[in-house]
Amino acid sequence: MDSFARESAAQALLEAYETKIPIAPLTDTHEGMSLDDAYAIQELQTRRRLEEGRVLKGHKVCLTSAATQRQLGVDQPDHGVLFDDMFFLEHAPIEAGHYLAPKVEPEIAFVLRSPLAGPGVTVVDAIGAVDYVLLALEIIDSRIRDWRITILDTVADNASSGGLVLGSTPTRLGDVDLRLVGVNLHRNGQLVATGAGGAVLGSPINALVWLANTLGPRGVTLEAGAVVLPGSITAAQAVDPGDTVTATFSGLGSVTAQFAPAPSTSEVR
Amino acid sequence: MSVDRPQAWDVESVAAELLACEDEVRDRSPFTDDWRELDVATGYRIQDRTLEQRLARGETLVGMKLGLTSRAKQRRMGVDTPFVAWLTDAMVLPAGDPVPQGRLIHPRIEPEIVFVMGRRLQGPGVTVAQAMASVDQVLGGAEIIDSRYRDFAFTAGDVIADNASSGAFVTGPIALSPCNIDLSTEGVLVEVDGAVVDSATAAAVQGHPAEALALAANELASRGRAIEAGWIVLTGGITDAVVARPGSTVWTHFATLGSIYLSGGGEATS
Repeated sequence: MDSFARESAAQALLEAYETKIPIAPLTDTHEGMSLDDAYAIQELQTRRRLEEGRVLKGHKVCLTSAATQRQLGVDQPDHGVLFDDMFFLEHAPIEAGHYLAPKVEPEIAFVLRSPLAGPGVTVVDAIGAVDYVLLALEIIDSRIRDWRITILDTVADNASSGGLVLGSTPTRLGDVDLRLVGVNLHRNGQLVATGAGGAVLGSPINALVWLANTLGPRGVTLEAGAVVLPGSITAAQAVDPGDTVTATFSGLGSVTAQFAPAPSTSEVR
Repeated sequence: MSVDRPQAWDVESVAAELLACEDEVRDRSPFTDDWRELDVATGYRIQDRTLEQRLARGETLVGMKLGLTSRAKQRRMGVDTPFVAWLTDAMVLPAGDPVPQGRLIHPRIEPEIVFVMGRRLQGPGVTVAQAMASVDQVLGGAEIIDSRYRDFAFTAGDVIADNASSGAFVTGPIALSPCNIDLSTEGVLVEVDGAVVDSATAAAVQGHPAEALALAANELASRGRAIEAGWIVLTGGITDAVVARPGSTVWTHFATLGSIYLSGGGEATS
């Protein structure tokens, strides 16, 4: 793709956030699109968001489970960025109308104490850089119609990011078994998914290592204080307005995302 | 031999054919193809007949297993309680032994929570709290299921008759009192050849394995039986079963109940 095609793809995605009208998969309209193109399109949007005054607060890794990698026919994760306006408070209603086709995923979020930059980051470096972990519910969303995404579409679309709700109890890494911690996801009181941390690349810490080593060579450092979402422990669950979603983590408590009911005008038939 | 030819089946002949399939390590088509009346109740009569024959040939009853303990799978099969089936000492696999490929048709492995009963549990009307209180020990386990039906294709009546796809089972290294473990969030990770293929918590079993135990006690009561003290109870697969390929290695890791290693056994087929 030439720079004009990249610009217009970035513009189309940015407009979809505003209009709430999803666009066709970029891979339908841009034959020969590459992974470099996709990340360039993501970065164009990031630059625009920063110019508009948003603040970079962290990163997310996704496509970290064997099941989702198989589904998209890839053998590696991808990544996106988290801005300040994507953070929602627990139990504070989230306007579902803010999103196009939101889904929720339970995760264990890392908060960094010191900067981390690859290449050459080991699991020891990653563990040393983590200040604490927080329970998290990530909201993913797609500006691509009906989630008809390839890896290139989701990368261009900021890795299908939407937002996140963080728990409020920091836990030291030494106090959590990242691989075997069990998670139950309840939607409106019904158990909809279960999983264990190791579903994320064998261990969520591996996602942090991968992210640092992937971003480092491109001049990006994971900064102290940054939040890193390492990837979902279960399959993503679609949510509707009015839903309450709770993830319970063995021995660590729970985190809840509350979606606001649909505005009453939409109930008029 | 008239294995797949339509014929008039009854409890006795189906029981004999199922045990013959097991002994000869061969699969077959579901009986309901020819015998539509083979329902859940008839399936249990056949299952009980195969147990009588297992005991008659010298096996010992050591407990029971529950099947279809996920609500989603129950809805798909049109039932609302788990299946129960019998465990004998011939199905016990010593820790460290490989999957006995030679005597199984197409084995699959699933992680389970295992209860050892401390007290007799007699339905009807058994509650979850009473079920929990009757459990002496909780262990992790790996069940090796096998079906006498081709491609694991069957109806509820077929699979119940087939002792709910029983094969073999191995129990894990740690036994805890049920007072000391939150089974609803017990994490489980399944790794095949070093790669994580599935994860879940024991809540995948009917919300809590003791919930499945209570339902099973009440189900058994309708057949005039109780869950006896000392019995082993396999409470049902926590994740989807993984194929036990010859030459592969399968690890089942439990957050607090330890890890179980199973070698796929047999010759590696590339």
